[in-house]
Amino acid sequence: MKENNLTILSKVLLVIVGLLFIGSLFVPMWRIELDAPQYPEGLMLQLHANKIGGDVDIINGLNHYIGMATLHTENFFEFTILPYVFGTFAFISLILVFINNRKAVFGFLITFVLFVILSGIDFYRWNYEYGHNLDPNAAIKVPGMAYQPPLIGYKQLLNFGAYSIPDIGGWMLTGAGILLFVVVLKEFKFKKSI
Amino acid sequence: MKNKFVKAILVIVLGSALFTSCKPKNSGDAVSGDAAQRVYVAPGKYDEFYNFVSGGFSGQMSVYGLPSGRMLKVVPIFSQDPESGWGFSEETKPMLNTSEGFIPWDDQHHLELSQTNGEVDGRWIFANANNTPRIARVDLKRFKTAEIIELPNSAGNHSSPFITENTEYVVAGTRFGVPGDYENGDVPINTYKENFKGHISFIKVDKESGKMDLSFQLRLPGVNFDLSHAGKGKSHGWFFFTCYNSEQANTLLEVNASQRDKDFIMAVNWKKAEEYIKAGKGKIEKTKYAHNTWNDETHTGTSVIKDEVLVLDAMAMKDICYLMPCPKSPHGCDVDPTGEYIVGSGKLAALIPVFSFDKMINAIGKKDYEGDYEGIPVLKYNSVLHGEVQKPGLGPLHTEFDGKGNAYTTFFVSSEVVKWDIKTLKVLDRVPTYYSVGHLCIPGGDSKKPFGKYLIAYNKITKDRYLPTGPELTQSAQLYDISGDKMQLLLDFPTIGEPHYAQAAPADLIRNNGQLKIYDIKKNNHPRVAKGEKETKVVREGNKVHVYMTMVRSHFSPDNIEGIKVGDDVYFHITNLEQDWDVPHGFSIRRAQTAELLIMPGETSTLNWKPTKVGIVPFYCTDFCSALHQEMSGYIRVSPAGSNVPLSYSLGTNLPASSTK
Ligand SMILES: [Cu+2]
Repeated sequence: MKENNLTILSKVLLVIVGLLFIGSLFVPMWRIELDAPQYPEGLMLQLHANKIGGDVDIINGLNHYIGMATLHTENFFEFTILPYVFGTFAFISLILVFINNRKAVFGFLITFVLFVILSGIDFYRWNYEYGHNLDPNAAIKVPGMAYQPPLIGYKQLLNFGAYSIPDIGGWMLTGAGILLFVVVLKEFKFKKSI
Repeated sequence: MKNKFVKAILVIVLGSALFTSCKPKNSGDAVSGDAAQRVYVAPGKYDEFYNFVSGGFSGQMSVYGLPSGRMLKVVPIFSQDPESGWGFSEETKPMLNTSEGFIPWDDQHHLELSQTNGEVDGRWIFANANNTPRIARVDLKRFKTAEIIELPNSAGNHSSPFITENTEYVVAGTRFGVPGDYENGDVPINTYKENFKGHISFIKVDKESGKMDLSFQLRLPGVNFDLSHAGKGKSHGWFFFTCYNSEQANTLLEVNASQRDKDFIMAVNWKKAEEYIKAGKGKIEKTKYAHNTWNDETHTGTSVIKDEVLVLDAMAMKDICYLMPCPKSPHGCDVDPTGEYIVGSGKLAALIPVFSFDKMINAIGKKDYEGDYEGIPVLKYNSVLHGEVQKPGLGPLHTEFDGKGNAYTTFFVSSEVVKWDIKTLKVLDRVPTYYSVGHLCIPGGDSKKPFGKYLIAYNKITKDRYLPTGPELTQSAQLYDISGDKMQLLLDFPTIGEPHYAQAAPADLIRNNGQLKIYDIKKNNHPRVAKGEKETKVVREGNKVHVYMTMVRSHFSPDNIEGIKVGDDVYFHITNLEQDWDVPHGFSIRRAQTAELLIMPGETSTLNWKPTKVGIVPFYCTDFCSALHQEMSGYIRVSPAGSNVPLSYSLGTNLPASSTK
């Protein structure tokens, strides 16, 4: 029983993980930066836990040339769920301090990793959907061209360069994941030997 | 006979030899080798300064970048502008209203940037209209005319718009003496001396909003007020005006107004005037003047006609105004950055008198008068004089300062700029200008904190500087580097209209003043706005038809309108739905009798159109807005008067064919 308990440091880290989850609710998680010669100042799409932000209207206006569907927060069920998911994650992180069980922490890390993989698949699916499902009456048609932004990294889409990367919230979640991993690593690897 | 002929030849030969050997050096020769490099602003880089230049008879203001001399924009102020629809759209028409109705042009001479603590603050720029006395305020967040106020009791609004060091007041002195609006103006012209008066207006400026209000006017003798500048620092609270025609001539002024050896610089103690106003010494007089204001949320101008003005008889008060004798028809009146020295420039004088504020205060204290002029004390020339710049050149006009103790004066007759030391009055340097220079401008050069570095001379004649364009040549400016001991010519650049005075400020001061990129459509409170395509409609009210239209890349909504009849009075209220910087759209209708409209993102603007012919009338976007700009168009069907074609409108769907009769 005793070897399943958490060290003080791990508990502190778990609290930080919980705070990171809460914090990520208030800042954008992901950003897609677009730049083109006629937009020297660049355009930005920001995905928050609960909404799409940034230059959505301008991007929607531009996308109509190629027949891409317009983006609206209300068309994505994800934005109604994600705040609860992160809220729950934050709650679990804090509760784990009291549960005080390293196996439970390990379980949580697995859950989080699965969640990240699922989110990645979901994000890819949406990108694919928007980039391929084009209005046949669109003004500009380039044979064989799809406008799917990259899952992560850079891709040229016609005259636009699209750069898809985590935003502050995304980095906070990454940090939470790393901290969880550190806790698990520490608890399972070093604790036994002591 | 023969002898005389030989003599004459000899005289001509000798004379021309003498003339060629003394030929002054041409300003074209004065360009140094690396001048091009010093005015070159590479692609993607910005200029260091904004230069705001009066448009003279064009009635507008133009904006240039320095040192490149590239023209950036023409801001419509006092003249209609078909390019943007200024003065043509229903919203802007009230801005050009006056007590005598719509006046769509003017003669714009001077500009003054707003100041805080005597330093340029980059918020607004004020402009005068010389012909129909008016003062405008241009908002530098939008580069748009925000307010125009007409001035009663004035004619030839020349010595304006000059401001006090915290933009407390904009002043405007009348150039022509005329009977006040509240007096009988139907008098013989040769009764000038009895019946003609001069009025100086003090316009209060609201600290926050910039809103102007004609606070009071000073009633003065009928002299011609030419130019002015406010005191600063120690002389804050005073205003200085040059006066000519102290002879009070009313005919052949070129002779009759040049009789006296000295005219005046009038010093006005405006703080004293304020006290008298507070004490109830002013008199409310009947008049009529227009006050036009632009509302940024309704995108609409409103014109109000006011009918009263507070007038203070400065001749009866004895201690508001003082006259300082100034040689020969003084023109420019410039106060140095410390506020101590007042430079008067006599157009016909061969020297520059420099007055001392301290000496003036002293002389006033001692009542050191040589007499009075229609009730206004005249101070003794030698008691107020700091000194004279000897042999500076011919025809001094205007002076600006570099903040390092130097003054720079333009000479109209000898076509040059002369640099001299304010304290010692020694001439330090001179450079030729081409031809007949008028005003000059140093960035911040009439403020407490000049930015130095450049000097721009605005020239009156342009022969052989640019490719000729028929009898009328482009107007022109010359840029000099004044950062060293010697002035150096860098560049000629053309301007619009006739450039008079100009102002300049560091680019960042203007760029970072909260500059507007778009109008927020959520804050658009135009009474006939359509904030989305769903709100577009066409409504008939008798023979008036209101079209609530939107524009977005790359279509209008609606784009098919039927049921308009010959004799209708159609108003297109068009909203640009874009919220993206630099995506204006244009709107034009075939054979529109007025102009097109240029509508900024988030803005609503109205064009009135009266169809006179039966047929199909296309309309289209005039400002290239996207790859599909050419497709941004629509059709209006105009039926005969009395036709029963129903009013209909659509976008994207063809409605069932309407009845044809
Ligand atoms: Cu357009």
